[in-house]
Amino acid sequence: MATRRDFIRISALGAGGTAVAWPLVRNFAKELVDPERFIFEGMRRTPTYCEICFWKCAGWVYKNDKGDLWKIIGNDEDLHCNGRFCPRGTGGVGMYNDEDRLKTPLIRTQDRGKQVFREATWDEAFTYIADKLKKISREHGPECTALFTHGSGGKYFSTLLKAFGSPHIAAPSYAQCRGPREVAFQNTFGEGVESPERTDIRDTKCLVLIGSHIGENMHNGQVQEMSVAIDKGAIIITVDPRYSTAASKSKYWLPIKPATDLALLLAWIHVILEEELYDKAYVEKYTMGLDLLQAHVKGMTPEWAYGITTIPPEVIRQMAREMGHASPAVIVHPGRHVTWYGDDTQRLRAVAILNALLGSWGRRGGFFKPETASVPEVPHPAFPTPKRTWRTEFPDLYRLSDSVLANGVCDATIPDPSRGCNFKAWIVNGTNLIETLPNQDNTIKAIEALDLLVVIDTMPMEITGYADVVLPECTYIERYDEIRVSPHRKPQIALRMPALKPKYNTKPAYWMARELAKKMGLEAFFPYEKIEDLLDWQLKQLGTSLEEMQRIGVKTFERTADDLYFAPDEEVEFGTNSGKIELYATAFEQEGFDPLPKYTAHEEPPAGYYRLNYGRAPMHTFSRTSNNPNLTDLMDENSVWVNPKVAQEWGLTNDQYIHLRNQDGKRSEFPIKVRITERIRWDSVYMVHGFGHDQKRLKRCYGKGASDTNLITKVLVDPLMGGTGMRGNFVTFITESEEVKS
Amino acid sequence: MAVDTRKCVGCSDCVVACQTENSVPIGFCRDWVVEVTDGTYPTLELELRSERCNHCDNSPCVRCCPTGASHYDKGGIVVVTHNKCIGCGACIASCPYDARYAHPDGYVDKCTFCLHRVEKGLLPSCVATCPTKCMYFGDLNDPKSPVSIMLKNRKYKTLIPEAGTKPQLYFLI
Repeated sequence: MATRRDFIRISALGAGGTAVAWPLVRNFAKELVDPERFIFEGMRRTPTYCEICFWKCAGWVYKNDKGDLWKIIGNDEDLHCNGRFCPRGTGGVGMYNDEDRLKTPLIRTQDRGKQVFREATWDEAFTYIADKLKKISREHGPECTALFTHGSGGKYFSTLLKAFGSPHIAAPSYAQCRGPREVAFQNTFGEGVESPERTDIRDTKCLVLIGSHIGENMHNGQVQEMSVAIDKGAIIITVDPRYSTAASKSKYWLPIKPATDLALLLAWIHVILEEELYDKAYVEKYTMGLDLLQAHVKGMTPEWAYGITTIPPEVIRQMAREMGHASPAVIVHPGRHVTWYGDDTQRLRAVAILNALLGSWGRRGGFFKPETASVPEVPHPAFPTPKRTWRTEFPDLYRLSDSVLANGVCDATIPDPSRGCNFKAWIVNGTNLIETLPNQDNTIKAIEALDLLVVIDTMPMEITGYADVVLPECTYIERYDEIRVSPHRKPQIALRMPALKPKYNTKPAYWMARELAKKMGLEAFFPYEKIEDLLDWQLKQLGTSLEEMQRIGVKTFERTADDLYFAPDEEVEFGTNSGKIELYATAFEQEGFDPLPKYTAHEEPPAGYYRLNYGRAPMHTFSRTSNNPNLTDLMDENSVWVNPKVAQEWGLTNDQYIHLRNQDGKRSEFPIKVRITERIRWDSVYMVHGFGHDQKRLKRCYGKGASDTNLITKVLVDPLMGGTGMRGNFVTFITESEEVKS
Repeated sequence: MAVDTRKCVGCSDCVVACQTENSVPIGFCRDWVVEVTDGTYPTLELELRSERCNHCDNSPCVRCCPTGASHYDKGGIVVVTHNKCIGCGACIASCPYDARYAHPDGYVDKCTFCLHRVEKGLLPSCVATCPTKCMYFGDLNDPKSPVSIMLKNRKYKTLIPEAGTKPQLYFLI
């Protein structure tokens, strides 16, 4: 048997040997740590950035000797992934290979909901859409058309919609996800947290996660930086009713009673002020409203919070001290999917205030100052000015929202005599609204009132079943898209180019948007026939070119202005009313909302019911990946997590299939497997979002597991910005024997 | 190889990366993730670890292979020569780690530590892909290799040491 001594010799020899076969190999360095970076495997790789989730990591698509898709790996230069994709990105090959993909344009031939379509040519599909849109525009105005979008192609459909005369471009990533966080931080620091988050996790000394399950959400850069923080010995504090993966990596886990986080946050503010643990110089120099805050939290002691949160007072104090000692290298993480209980903006305000007191905004190990590359827009005619917006329909509501609300558009689609305009047409790009918006009955009611529903997707999702016209997009592996720009430590751009020709009769978004524009007489807004020429023009303005980007995939620019962090004694003008960090939110006060966050008790589950919590699994993105052959191979259904005490009470056994029923009598469409685990509290259950598909064309995932969205009929709307709180639903178990009884 | 259980989040990226790199058919895998929970709420511990063939120094699979298809290759890596394998399954039965599977093409397949990559000076695919960088790979006889350094500085364990197979996959705890 060979010894391990041979092993390394072979490696070294191999590297030397490869230098002949692979002329681009540089001198192989000291040890086996720097892999692919040195080897370009011929010219068989093309750059891309991932479309499986919003993190948009840049990488390389490799083909094998036969020219077939082989693998996708990260680009070492990319700040989003540092050369390492997450399981979903690595499994992106499955999106291309999925045999259930949409294959050709479809036009509905029967009523909505019944999936009777005929195959159509692209020209037929575009003519159908253009005629309908023109009619709607004539009769109701172009503003009655809305675009819902998630993903890269949205850019070009947005241009189309604006050119058509509608400002209604809604992203469910706002009011169904991170909107409250952005509003809270904008109204405290004058800037949002943005995406990817500006959290300086790699250099932090103390990371506080509140319901944020990094590691189960594979927000790649954050997962990687948390790993670095673990290596560096950072203290991690996780607040979660569930023993999450992140909780298991934490020094402290606070198993909080669900829906009481705001009380804990306020008690922490109380202790930090009372024990003077805050960054005095920073607070004095940069903030306003300290006196008002002090008076506000006076009675919010750890003892007060104990009764609400079930976290003992000495633990609350100890955690506050840990944060104080780490200040300013501390992150009270704002999370991402934060639409929970309807007072989410206020909860996130408390998070923002804590960070302000600890002096972490603009400081190493806290929140850095990101910079974004700016890609020039191609000159085109001015967009027409819309005569009305969704705000006209909701004059006094959601005053602090700075984006179009997906749920707002949905509500304003349901005919109501009090409204001047009801939406008549939706264009839905890459978002499965049936599973994205809570209260499915409401969404379906709105859809039924539409004159036109166009869905653009790569897969037949639930929403495509309701479409009048389905436009099949090719996957990101088969197309160019807009240049990726996003805020990060350095400005950076990334290119996506096709590695393979589109399978089936599928097309990229740019081509679709431009062809539609041509039909509608809006061609002037798309001056370039080919996206390659558009990208090349844009890239040349940035000092590079399409040819160069095809070779390197990612280009990093130097920061133009200043450092990642505030310099000592730097004068900073914040984008708030007062120009200071507002501990006391003056904009909230102007709009008639609490300028300082107040705790309000939320409804609790009735006897025999459990709070429905939901979250992510690292190998799936929403409902988007649940049919991906590589990723379903890792996880093909979700389960409902039940505490052993609860399971005993109900006589549940592991792996038993049951139905769930919520407080409004809504029963899960499909059965779900029971997972009995100590990792969940006895007052709540947990399931991974994105399963329980009832779209039969998704052959691999149809009927597998249960849909949480299906059970979220009660929506707790945030009065400040319209976010849809989804954690106020309670479920009970229906076992087979009970079903027989009823 | 050493796997740091303090950093592994159990995302299974190692599994997909291996599947694509080595064209492992859907439904099979050469590596996998194990989750172990201990304790009672709220006093809990959770261990996540990426597992694969232990490339044992005293491999029962090599000893029981009737054709010599399973053998020690370069550096002690345990490898199956596919065209010598008759698919009898003796090795599958003998492996205490359940690290082998019957490939639909009629042979037995398992982790090779990506020997084809290691020979080129690359890391095994799972190690190169892992977002948490929780895996360390290298020569255990070289005190400067990343894996030797980790084993020197950290507590570690092997799986089922009582089987006497001298496993070469270490878990940092």
